[in-house]
Parts: sequence; C-alpha cells; structure tokens
Amino acid sequence: MKKKQPVRDVFVHKARKRKKRKQRWSVVKISIGTVIAAFFAILFLMPIILTITNSFMSAAEISANYGSVFASSQTGGKVFVSEKVNLKFIPDMVSFSQYITVLFKSPEYLFKFWNSVILVGPILVFQLVVACLASYGFTRYRGRIREIIFFSYIILMLMPYQVTLVPNYLVSDWLDILNTRWAIWLPGIFSPFAVFLLTKYMRRIPTAVMEAAQIDGAGEIQIFTKICVPLCKGAICSAAILVFIDYWNMVEQPLILLSDTEMHPLSVFLSKINEGEIGLAFAVATIYMVPSLLVFLYGEEYLVDGITYQGGIKG
Amino acid sequence: MKKKNRRALKTRISSGLFLTPSFLGVLVFFVIPFIVVIYYSMVDNPISANFVFLDNFKRVIRNLSFRTAVKNTALFSATAVPLAVILSLLLAILLESRIPFKSQFRTFFLSPLMVPVASIVLIWRVMFDYNGAVNDIIGVFGAGKIDWLKSQYAQVVIIILFLWKNLGYNMILFMAALSSIPKDILEVARLESATPLQTFFYIKIRYLSSTILFVTIMSLISSFKVFREIYLLTGNYPYDTIYMLQHMMNNAFASLDYQKLSAAAILMSLAMIVIIGLLFIIENHFGKDVEG
Repeated sequence: MKKKQPVRDVFVHKARKRKKRKQRWSVVKISIGTVIAAFFAILFLMPIILTITNSFMSAAEISANYGSVFASSQTGGKVFVSEKVNLKFIPDMVSFSQYITVLFKSPEYLFKFWNSVILVGPILVFQLVVACLASYGFTRYRGRIREIIFFSYIILMLMPYQVTLVPNYLVSDWLDILNTRWAIWLPGIFSPFAVFLLTKYMRRIPTAVMEAAQIDGAGEIQIFTKICVPLCKGAICSAAILVFIDYWNMVEQPLILLSDTEMHPLSVFLSKINEGEIGLAFAVATIYMVPSLLVFLYGEEYLVDGITYQGGIKG
Repeated sequence: MKKKNRRALKTRISSGLFLTPSFLGVLVFFVIPFIVVIYYSMVDNPISANFVFLDNFKRVIRNLSFRTAVKNTALFSATAVPLAVILSLLLAILLESRIPFKSQFRTFFLSPLMVPVASIVLIWRVMFDYNGAVNDIIGVFGAGKIDWLKSQYAQVVIIILFLWKNLGYNMILFMAALSSIPKDILEVARLESATPLQTFFYIKIRYLSSTILFVTIMSLISSFKVFREIYLLTGNYPYDTIYMLQHMMNNAFASLDYQKLSAAAILMSLAMIVIIGLLFIIENHFGKDVEG
C-alpha cells in the first residue's frame, strides 16, 4: 500500500501542474484576443469619432488642415492652407461655429435633412403595416401557390437596385409620378424585405395558439391584432431598424427617380459639398448621423435580433 | 367534418385577403414592369415595337462602358465578398471566445452599419487623399505616395470601405450561428482529443454552412450596392476601375435609352439568379448531413 502512494502523488502533482499551465495559457490567449479585438474596435470607430470631433473645429482650422483636399479657391482673404493633410483628432480650438452656420445661416442643409425624414418616414411606417398584413397571410395558410409567391418575394428581395430600378422607373413614368415623392414612397412601401423578415418570425408562432383562438370564436382580424402582432413586436422593431438604415442611406433611387434636386435627401446632397462649404461639412455629417445613432443605441438588441432572424438561425 | 372544412376554407380566403395589399403592390411596382422590361429588351424601339430579340443584348455587351462596368463590378464582388465572409467569421470566433466586454465590442463593430455613409465619406476622402493620412503611414514604410482614388488602387479604397461597413453585420450572423452549435458534439470532440483545428473543420463548418451561404448572399447583394459609397466619394464619373454597373445605368437613364437599360437589367438579373442558384446547390451539397 505504501508503494502505490508515491506513484499516485507524482501523477496528481503532474496533473496539477498541467492544469495550472493550461490556465495560465488560456489567460494569455484571452488577453491576446482582447487586445486584437480592441485594436480592430478602435480602427472601426475611428472614422466616426473623427467626423464628430472635426465638426467642432472652426472653419479656419478645417481649411488649414484639409484645404488641399478640397482645393478652396474662393475664400476671401488669406487662409493658411497646408500642403499636407493632417488628420486631427482633437481640434486645436473647440468651436461651435460649424453648427451655428448650419443651424442659422445656411438652413438649406436642414431642409435636405427634413427631406430625408419625409422620404424615410412614410416608407418605414407603411412598409411595416403592409408587411404585417402580408406575413399574416403567409403564415395562416401555406398552400402551394402561396409558397411559390413567397419564394418569388425572396428572389425579388435579393435583386440589386440595378435590376429593380428600371421597372420602378417605368412604372413611375406610367403612373406619372416621376419626380414626385411617390416614386420613392411606393416602391419602398411594397418592398418585400420586411415581409420576409416578419413572415419568418411569425411562422414560429405555434399554430395551436391561432387555432385555439379560432375555436374560441375569434375572427381572422382579431387573431391578427390580438395574437400575431403583439407576439411579433420584437421582429417589427428589428425590421423597422433595418429598413430605416437602408432608406436613410438611400442614394440610387433619388438620383434616378427625382430629377429635381430640391427634393433630394441629405444622403445624396452631402456628397455635393464643395469647396466653399467645407467649413460646414463635418457638422452637417454629424447632424445627419444623430438619428441613426439614436436608433442604434436604443435598438441595438432589436437590430441584432433582426439580423439573426434574417439568417434563420434557430434558437 | 364539413364544419372543419368550411372553417379551413374561410381561413384560407381571409388570410389571402391579408396578402392582397402587399401582393398587389409587388405586382404593380415590380412584377408587371419587370415583364415589360423583358419585352423592351427584345424590342427595337418603344414606339415601333419591332422584335429584334437578341440584338439589344448584343449591343449592350459590345458597349465598352458596360464591359468596364461589369468587369469592375465582378472583380469587386469576387474580391470583397470572400474577404467579408472570412474576416467576419474570424471576428466572430474571436468575439465568441471568452473575452471580456463582448457586448461592448459588438456595439463597436456594429456601429459602422448604422452610421450613414454620407457622413463618413468626408473622412474617407481626407484619409485617402494624395496628401492624406494613409499615404503618410505607408510613407513610413518607405513606399511612395499613391493617389488612391484616381489610380488602379481605387478598388482597394472601396473594398476597405465596404468591409468596414459590412463586417459588423456578417459578424452578428456568425456569432449567432456559432452559439447555436450543439455543445454536446463539441464536448464529444474534446473528449476524443480532437485538435481545435479538426473540431473547426469537421464539425463547426458543417453547422455553419447554411450561415456561410446566407452571409455570402447578403454580402454579394451589398457589394452591388457599393455604388452608394463610390458615388458619394467620387460623383457620376469616377475613375476607370471603380466605374460600376450602376454608374452605367444611371448615366444611361439620362439618355433614356430604354433598350440599353432593359437589356442590362435583364442580364444582371439572369446573372444574379445563376449565382444564387449555384450558391444554393453548393450549400445543399455541403450541409446535407446536418440535421434541421
């Protein structure tokens, strides 16, 4: 008996050492991982932070640093323009002059901002309404024809703008709504994207629930409003966020369907910033970011949920 | 029995009614005009309506701007999409391993998705300018300055912009997929002393295959939308290598050449259907033995 013990002790001792080595190694792995992740995170955030901090620079500082990029030729008086472009993180002198100019002196940017809101708002609201109705139609009964229609919705959703813009343009021409906001609203409202997301989600509701309601005497509309929609609130929020991102950024449609640049949203207009207005550019960009950031901060969970439901990940 | 069938029929009809707004809208705004587009693409002139079948297609294919645009778009997608998929998978693996601050990191990586492109292009233009920050950095490594947006490296700028914007989205998808791999199989693999590499390639990838397909498709679609970024950076007529299909179509809209537009749109949709079909077949082949 005494002979066996030393052998066992050695084993235990070695096992403990191995465990410690493993623990130390996994700590090292975790810290390396964190550092790498942090590095990339900073890289990712940099452009955003830069835009925001640069919006607090005065016009003189902007042209001093970025003048050679935007070849300013019309600023009266002497302006120091450096040859090199300095990417500054922290302004030499924090100034709100950009914001003051945007808000009070050149309100055309606010006007375009409002254009964006007007274009995106109705699309957001009505696409979701139409999509809720449609996904109820797709969940409640799953015949062959309906499945084929749903499949064609998916195909349509996958088609890029190059394909869908030509039909949209044609229809807008026939309906004589070209160059009006309806040309943007209507195709947006009937886009199959939200239908797809909501249907996937709604189909997870056990049919037993809906059938029980039906047996209890509920009509279809009641099943829809009292059961399906409340259960899908999460998906509706997620879909709303995703739709918002897509349309807040929209560029292709206004370019083609709205020839009157007065109605262009800020997403398009911002690119037309030219020399004289460089002083405002960053502030405008930051203001334009604000709704997106607010939606993001408030709804990140919904956004993540929405993305994973798109992927059809179970569980 | 009869009551049940009547009830079923009633459900069928009324749920069909729920479908009508969306269905009519899709029909009017997408399906019907698309059929008309097919018609236009095979017709000589919207007014005289002589069938010329494939002539329009031949004309479009021979058009130099179309070929440049297609080449650029294809090159871009072929480079950007695999990068987007692989890098985001790596990022997801990184984040899913037990590092702290996971949800904060997730927020950071997701933020480029929410920030409107229009706001960011300024910084991008500044960074990649001839006298800009990136040239400074590569100057440190001894390489010469490059006029990024006006040289053959223009695609690099766009690829970086594309990756920056889309990695977060793909990463979320992969993170969700990674966390839904059944733990018991991984446990078994560990007990059978499989190396992490083996575990990854034989087990995880099988479970990830449908997500990889989905991410690839979504990235592919986003890669066609990259026009937005290019337009905001460079305007209507960018440098050669980043002149994309959408540019050609935009400029063709100006001349209202319906035939050219329709033919190009049809070609593109055919290409999309082929690509998506291929991807589905590949996924079926690889992911077949995974349950569910």
